Amino acid sequence: MDLNYTEEQQRFRQEVRAWMEEHVPDAPLPSFDASREGFEAHREWERTLNEGRWGMVTWPESYGGRGLDLIQWLIFEEEYYRAGAPLRVNQNGIFLLGPTLMEYGTAEQKARFLTAMASGDEIWAQAWSEPQAGSDLAAVKSTATRDGDDYLLKGHKIWSSRAVFADWAFGLFRTDPESQRHKGLSLVFFKLDAPGVRVQPIPQIDGESGFAEIFLEDVRVPAFNRLGDEGQGWSICMATAGFERGLMLRSPARFQVAARKLVELYKAHRNDVEATTRDAVMRCVLDADAYALSIYSTASRLAAGGHIGAEASTNKIFWSEMDIAMHKAALAILGAHAELLRAAPAAGDVGRWLDGYFFSLAGPIYAGSNEIQRNIIAERLLGLPRA
Amino acid sequence: MTAGVVRDLLADLCQPADLRRLMGSGTAREDNRWAKIVEMGLAGVLVPESAGGLGLGAIDFVLTAEACGYSCLPEPLVENAGVALPLLAAVAPGHPALGRALDGELTVAVGHPCNQFVADADGAGLLLVERDGELHLLDRDAATLTAQPSVDPFRRLCSVDFDAGEATRVATASEAGAFLAQALDHGALFTAAQLLGIAQRCVDLAVAYAKDRQQFGKPIGTYQAVKHHLASAQVKIEFARPVLYAAAAALPQADVYSRARISHAKLVASEAADIAARTAIQVHGAMGYSWEVDVHFFLKRAIALDTWWGTPALHRQRVGERIFDARLGPENTFTKEFEDA
Repeated sequence: MDLNYTEEQQRFRQEVRAWMEEHVPDAPLPSFDASREGFEAHREWERTLNEGRWGMVTWPESYGGRGLDLIQWLIFEEEYYRAGAPLRVNQNGIFLLGPTLMEYGTAEQKARFLTAMASGDEIWAQAWSEPQAGSDLAAVKSTATRDGDDYLLKGHKIWSSRAVFADWAFGLFRTDPESQRHKGLSLVFFKLDAPGVRVQPIPQIDGESGFAEIFLEDVRVPAFNRLGDEGQGWSICMATAGFERGLMLRSPARFQVAARKLVELYKAHRNDVEATTRDAVMRCVLDADAYALSIYSTASRLAAGGHIGAEASTNKIFWSEMDIAMHKAALAILGAHAELLRAAPAAGDVGRWLDGYFFSLAGPIYAGSNEIQRNIIAERLLGLPRA
Repeated sequence: MTAGVVRDLLADLCQPADLRRLMGSGTAREDNRWAKIVEMGLAGVLVPESAGGLGLGAIDFVLTAEACGYSCLPEPLVENAGVALPLLAAVAPGHPALGRALDGELTVAVGHPCNQFVADADGAGLLLVERDGELHLLDRDAATLTAQPSVDPFRRLCSVDFDAGEATRVATASEAGAFLAQALDHGALFTAAQLLGIAQRCVDLAVAYAKDRQQFGKPIGTYQAVKHHLASAQVKIEFARPVLYAAAAALPQADVYSRARISHAKLVASEAADIAARTAIQVHGAMGYSWEVDVHFFLKRAIALDTWWGTPALHRQRVGERIFDARLGPENTFTKEFEDA
């Protein structure tokens, strides 16, 4: 894959760059998983993005987007991460649910949810897993029982990212109580402050609460909040894991920017690190480039009418392992300073590498564990038999 | 398109049974197969039209080289068409031997400073060899060849001795540098392509076996321990492939970025081949260690090609020149040193 950016694409890059230079906050925002204040600061940033119509550039203009293609999306992401712009607090919405709504939602649902999603007015959490339904997601037990024009939601969701401070959640519920496994499931939205919803934050390794348990006790939601048909939940859920997610969950620019920072860190310490560190640093840069080339190639193929397949799984394994390697390399360079918190007087340039390292350890687990991804690759890409 | 035709031809004429037959004969060329390959007229694929070739680019040949790796082709299609003839055409575009080589009457073997030996020298008509920075062209018979048997039964490595002089010199040291650099790029790129083909073949062989072989009453491919080995090898392949194709597209730039990308491709394709070959052996169990199972052909080719057209150390050095001294970051994925490249 070679790419000579067109003049239009280069102009677009300059336009994004100029806007980001003007608007990206000088100091990093406080974490959106640590406090209401940090969460709301990120919501404000989403609003600012939306005012510039940068919320979701691939979406149609009618939903606050720009109707751009995937190559332009990649350019946008490159400039976004290059500028050091904040992480997207609404990624569950804009990257996961949004594209799924676009495909399966009614016109009324799209009008109701997409615009508020792009603007940051409604920030989403996901509610897939349950205590007994993790990798085995089809084991979900939470129910949505029809009651006139409404559903009554009952059950227990867990590991729900962003649920502590978010406004809405989308989750998988059993609408047919007689059903087994993948059948009889539906995708339903609910407000996290609705009567009967109790959110219990779960402190993480790093002390923040990026996820939570959600207890649902006869939570009444209109049937309008169901995406797709009753019983279609599983296939919609899998579609969410398809095209956009495979491409968008982690854009390559994020890792290329981290790789460049890693090289800078290495250069600052090159005289006091062991020789093998140089190779480890180079490998991270190469992997970030390989990931970018792979995504560009997928984007071109999709633009030509292809569909994403098992790449969603190969991508996930690749970036999650690369992310750990990058942070390990950084900690190796920092040596005895690696364990220091930023508040330590001798912290020097420890930056956020340790926080990043912790978060990288979640990578092989969330969004479908890497074991599940390897099963998918073995069965769907290589054609090995199911157990 | 060409690659598809080559792939079909090799699927027909270059199966492991064919390799075993050839191995028994003690030679490295199967005349019927080589004649069919020559008939396809691929020798001049990368030679400019002005010199009588097809004038195609590296991107057009990379898939063919991948197919050659996938079938463990013994004959020197990749070295001859991918490296030697473009080099000869660049060094001596009007040389009468070039026409004969393009017609398939003879092959040319290259002695490059990054390779300790010359491959296929004994089967070649002409040798194009570097000595003290200069390039020399001579008849095979004018050199003294010392065979250096390789673990890969189809690689014919030789040390080459000859009297270098005015009569053999085709490029002075000051001219030869650019030619040799280009040959290294071609050689490394197409070796990477072969390694990627080898890697995929190893996974495919192991997958076929894992579907067939039963233990505990089920095909072993149903077990996650086996699945995960194979999936990990396939991930290596999936992230070497786009680098390889990007490297092929970038080759004409001949700058710090294209050199780094070619070297990147060589490094990761070689790692993919190594992991895939070892995974294939493991998945085959005790059979994997046997002469009977075909994996060892690919393992041995992978071992041979790992240092061919540049050791990993050389390629890491080329990558380092980009990473530590040139532009990085997401806006530089496709950067060129010279904008008009």
